[in-house]
Amino acid sequence: MSTMLGLLQAIPYEALLIQTLNGIVTGMILALIASGLTLIFGIMDVVNFAHGELFMFGAYMGVVVISATGSFWLALVLATLIVALIGAALQITTLRPLLGRDPLTTILATFGISLVMQNYALWQFGPVARKIPEPFSGQFTLFYLEYPWYRVLIAVLSAAIIGGFYLFLKYGTYGIWIRATTQDRVMAEAMGIPVSWVHTAVFGIGAGMAAASGVLFGPLVGVNHAMGLDWVLKAFIVVVVGGMGNLGGSIVASIFISLLEAYASIWVSPAQAVIVSFVVLILTLLFRPTGLFATPK
Amino acid sequence: MTPDATPIEPLVAVEDVHTYYGKSHILHGVSLHVDSGEVVGLLGRNGVGKSTTLKTIMGLVHPHRGKVLFAGKPITSLPAHKLARLGIGYVPEDRRIFRLLTVMENLRTGLDRHGMTEARKQELLEKAFSYFPVLAERRNQAGGTLSGGEQQMLAIARAMMLEPKIILLDEPTEGLMPRMVSQIRQIIDVLHREGVAILLVEQNVPLTLEASQRVYIMEKGAVRHHCPASALKIGDPLIQQYLGV
Repeated sequence: MSTMLGLLQAIPYEALLIQTLNGIVTGMILALIASGLTLIFGIMDVVNFAHGELFMFGAYMGVVVISATGSFWLALVLATLIVALIGAALQITTLRPLLGRDPLTTILATFGISLVMQNYALWQFGPVARKIPEPFSGQFTLFYLEYPWYRVLIAVLSAAIIGGFYLFLKYGTYGIWIRATTQDRVMAEAMGIPVSWVHTAVFGIGAGMAAASGVLFGPLVGVNHAMGLDWVLKAFIVVVVGGMGNLGGSIVASIFISLLEAYASIWVSPAQAVIVSFVVLILTLLFRPTGLFATPK
Repeated sequence: MTPDATPIEPLVAVEDVHTYYGKSHILHGVSLHVDSGEVVGLLGRNGVGKSTTLKTIMGLVHPHRGKVLFAGKPITSLPAHKLARLGIGYVPEDRRIFRLLTVMENLRTGLDRHGMTEARKQELLEKAFSYFPVLAERRNQAGGTLSGGEQQMLAIARAMMLEPKIILLDEPTEGLMPRMVSQIRQIIDVLHREGVAILLVEQNVPLTLEASQRVYIMEKGAVRHHCPASALKIGDPLIQQYLGV
């Protein structure tokens, strides 16, 4: 009895709460990146290795627009739009000609794009990390911490973007086109849906969402040319755990894995906590290789 | 009119079409035509290229040689989505319902297109629901949860949303209960009365002979026989020879 009590008392409740909040914030950012990734995979069977670089480009676009205009919000909107257009252009020039080929060719193509984008960013902006200032600096007291409101806002904004996108998919005409194309490309085409443009649009939307998360997350870390790597790796884990191509699954998996990592970092260093996501990935691949939330196609 | 007297401008004309899947030569010079408002049957054993003929017309496979014309204009190299907009509806053999989309969303894939007014959309929906009342009942249900017969109705209703001038119907009665078969048969008549042309691929020979004005019989990737439907009877030696029934 007394050992039970001792165990219960040993749980750091305050740290748990703080880490829950942290986990949700990173989870939402991750969800924003992973939604685009899973959607692109679901609709055209393309594993987009350049997704992290679209995230990184978004952050840099944010840096550029903020230094020109001083407005974080304008930066968020412009970076999203510009990177969405870049994504659409990349799809038309690089992926559209490969449609129907071996998936390996698209993996190589997107990997190539990612190298080009990384090195372009290095050449253009140099190796020193840039900062995106927080759009406001309010804080609230959470136990022994001053917790920035901006972090809460990140979670809310990411959720709003994902929610808006969900409504668009569910009710919008183009949303129905996207879902129909995901399920049956050939029949969608026979119903008059311009499938190749749907592919381009989805790639653009995915790129835009990655860019938005880049700008939103910029203030928490430095912006540099390699920042996409960590995130894309995590986003891939989440997409696999959530079930390749399953939007809802990726979102749940993003929050699930981010929470686990956040809790783990109470006891081990954050760098070691990353191991948790790999453990989840391996367990998923072993026991539910189609993903935790896979729906039968 | 003798069946060989091709009118000057048929709605759909297929001229000496050769289609390949990879290296296998499937269609060896198929020629046929369908006039406006006409129901034409396409008969033949399994694997003689009937479905491939429909896919070639629909632009889902592109022929290596030969031409497909729609209202006199060449459409051979157009993508399928443009053909759908021109007025070719396609009801494939396996129905290919969007299984995770609701009945209503399945219909909207054809309905939500440029130049459609709300009133016109409503009109088309009501018409489809009057032919297939069960679809109205199940409008918010996922397509994949429908029975085979209901899915067939949905596939036809979905093609009707495009206001097609011709519907390519691939084995619409395959695997259906007799009651459903007669319902599909009625729908073919209704569409015919509305002036929609139909190119009907069927294994059900009596139904095809009843519903069509003309029939083509295919064998080994080519049309072997062509005559008015009324010229053929079930026990005809030609039917024996090409269809084995």
